[in-house]
Amino acid sequence: MLVNSPHADADLPVAEIRDGAVELGGRPILRGIDVSVRRGEVLAVLGANGSGKSTLVRTMMGLVPTVRGQVRLFDVPRQDFHDWHRIGFVPQRVTAASGVPASVREVVASGRLSRRRPFLPPRRADRDAVEDAIAAVGLTGKARDGVATLSGGQQQRVLIARALASVPDLLVLDEPTAGVDVSSQQALADTLRTLVLRGVTIVLVAHELGPLGGLVDRTLVMRDGRVAYDGPPIDVFTDADPFHVHHGEPGRTADAHTPAVASPLDLTHGREEQP
Amino acid sequence: MSLLTYEFMVRALLGALFTGLAAPAVGTYLVQRRLALMGDGIGHIAVTGVALGLLTSTSPTLTAVVVAVLGAVLIEVIRESGRTSGDVALALLFYGGIAGGVLITGLAGQSAAMLNTYLFGSITTISTADVWVTAVLAAVVVVVAVGLSPQLFAVAQDQEFAQVAGLHVRTYNLLVSVMAAVTVTVAMRTVGLLLVSALMVVPVATSQQLTRAFRMTLGAAMLLGMLAALGGVVLSAYVNAAPGAAIVLLALAFFAAAYPVGVWLRRRQRLARPFPGPDDVPVPAGFGEQHSVVPEEHGHEHGEQCGHPAVPHGDHVDYVHEGHRHAAHGGHYDEH
Ligand SMILES: Nc1ncnc2c1ncn2[C@@H]1O[C@H](COP(=O)(O)OP(=O)(O)O)[C@@H](O)[C@H]1O
Ligand SMILES: [Mg+2]
Repeated sequence: MLVNSPHADADLPVAEIRDGAVELGGRPILRGIDVSVRRGEVLAVLGANGSGKSTLVRTMMGLVPTVRGQVRLFDVPRQDFHDWHRIGFVPQRVTAASGVPASVREVVASGRLSRRRPFLPPRRADRDAVEDAIAAVGLTGKARDGVATLSGGQQQRVLIARALASVPDLLVLDEPTAGVDVSSQQALADTLRTLVLRGVTIVLVAHELGPLGGLVDRTLVMRDGRVAYDGPPIDVFTDADPFHVHHGEPGRTADAHTPAVASPLDLTHGREEQP
Repeated sequence: MSLLTYEFMVRALLGALFTGLAAPAVGTYLVQRRLALMGDGIGHIAVTGVALGLLTSTSPTLTAVVVAVLGAVLIEVIRESGRTSGDVALALLFYGGIAGGVLITGLAGQSAAMLNTYLFGSITTISTADVWVTAVLAAVVVVVAVGLSPQLFAVAQDQEFAQVAGLHVRTYNLLVSVMAAVTVTVAMRTVGLLLVSALMVVPVATSQQLTRAFRMTLGAAMLLGMLAALGGVVLSAYVNAAPGAAIVLLALAFFAAAYPVGVWLRRRQRLARPFPGPDDVPVPAGFGEQHSVVPEEHGHEHGEQCGHPAVPHGDHVDYVHEGHRHAAHGGHYDEH
């Protein structure tokens, strides 16, 4: 059974970056980051391509070092954190396949490694958790199929099942809906809704939210490596928008370096320009 | 006359058995990382190690292991640093390795023939001590490659995810590099440094024609590698050919046999892949549900036995023939 144990530290943030700054390849990418993910909430991280969304969540997971500031996971400094099974991560990917064939079950089983010891065979609980995770994304009938033979949307579901296999308290998804058909997006929204009911905290990185919009409790908008907005969900991103918002339009690059904090109204700007 | 009455033949077969198992076991992880030629690179670097052994009159196998491990770790460090010129740096290392080896062999006053036994293998001159070293090292490689397969698989498949799962990614990456270096030097006496990469990669390429799961690919590759190595040694005894070449050619023959089957399996898979469901395809404004009845009279009823590919489409099945997709609808067929 996928059940999360209750924890005493209910009011402490699940993940936190204080005064964080990140450099990649010697260039400053993130600056002045103060983000705190509260237990049980669904936080959407929105923003244009290249605005630093992925870098933000990768910093949170400790995949990218900070040049200043502090990262804490479950109220433990990142470098002292070892309860990795409490975190499920879905990296930004187009495929779940690699150079050698692998079955759905095998890929999902790697999500269980945070709870397993090297050289020891999987226990009953490990196998059950893998089957539960596969069922949660609706791929039970395909557990033995090779991941390379699945559609893009199904491969994305495999990666989500892999993140669920450790029964995490915090689920971080980087653009899980990019290139995924509408019915798969709807299925993902349903999966996430049941997780929310179980008390799982969710950080959802997206370019556009689509059917996932209804789940969001709080929105963070990244812009040029800074947090431009942090507050209640913004309407413009939540409804399925038939017109694609082009953040990188020529008319918008001029203000790319304005240090001012953008207001939610700023975001509708691109859409109003549509004919 | 039995082959096994020759003691050197027994030693050769044992050496082949162990290298045949170990080389594809490591090779699977190299192929998974799309580093199929890494074994080849390490083989080139090991030439310098062999030459150093000849120069200093120590065991060439020992110096080759040391130099190969150092080279493999260096390759991994270059790879991890992710420089765009990484492949060029690797090329420099490879060619430096083989050129240095040839030069040092000359300095040592050894003939090219001496180096040849390492470049192309000389399995029939393996000593009992060599067999023991081969057996122990190969056993360690196989135990690690199989025992840690969930971890090694996860790291090679998705490094970032593995790190967030709490795995020490760098340690596992270095482990694969060191295993590859050890395997190359172990296989040096069997197939030779120039062909060792083939025994690491070709059985994996063969087994993945037929499999769709990782453990299956790993197991089948080890089996095929072992068969090719043993078969190659036996074959070379009969036709008096170089065992290394016979082993590699046999491995390639397995691949040639498996490839058409793989093509057929992949084609069958592709044809059976579901069409996008009706909800996945946006309907342009102003167009309702499309419904067009197949005009001509149907000669037969589509079904499991009719021979036309049946492809899932949303909640029903389409039957494909001559560029049409026919779906049963009431008493007639719809064009989908
Ligand atoms: N490894 C890297 N080295 C240097 N720059 C990088 C690296 N990864 C990302 N960047 C840069 O960081 C910025 C933010 O990237 P990213 O976080 O991936 O944005 P997003 O996910 O919002 O599309 C981009 O300008 C990108 O070019
Ligand atoms: Mg991104």
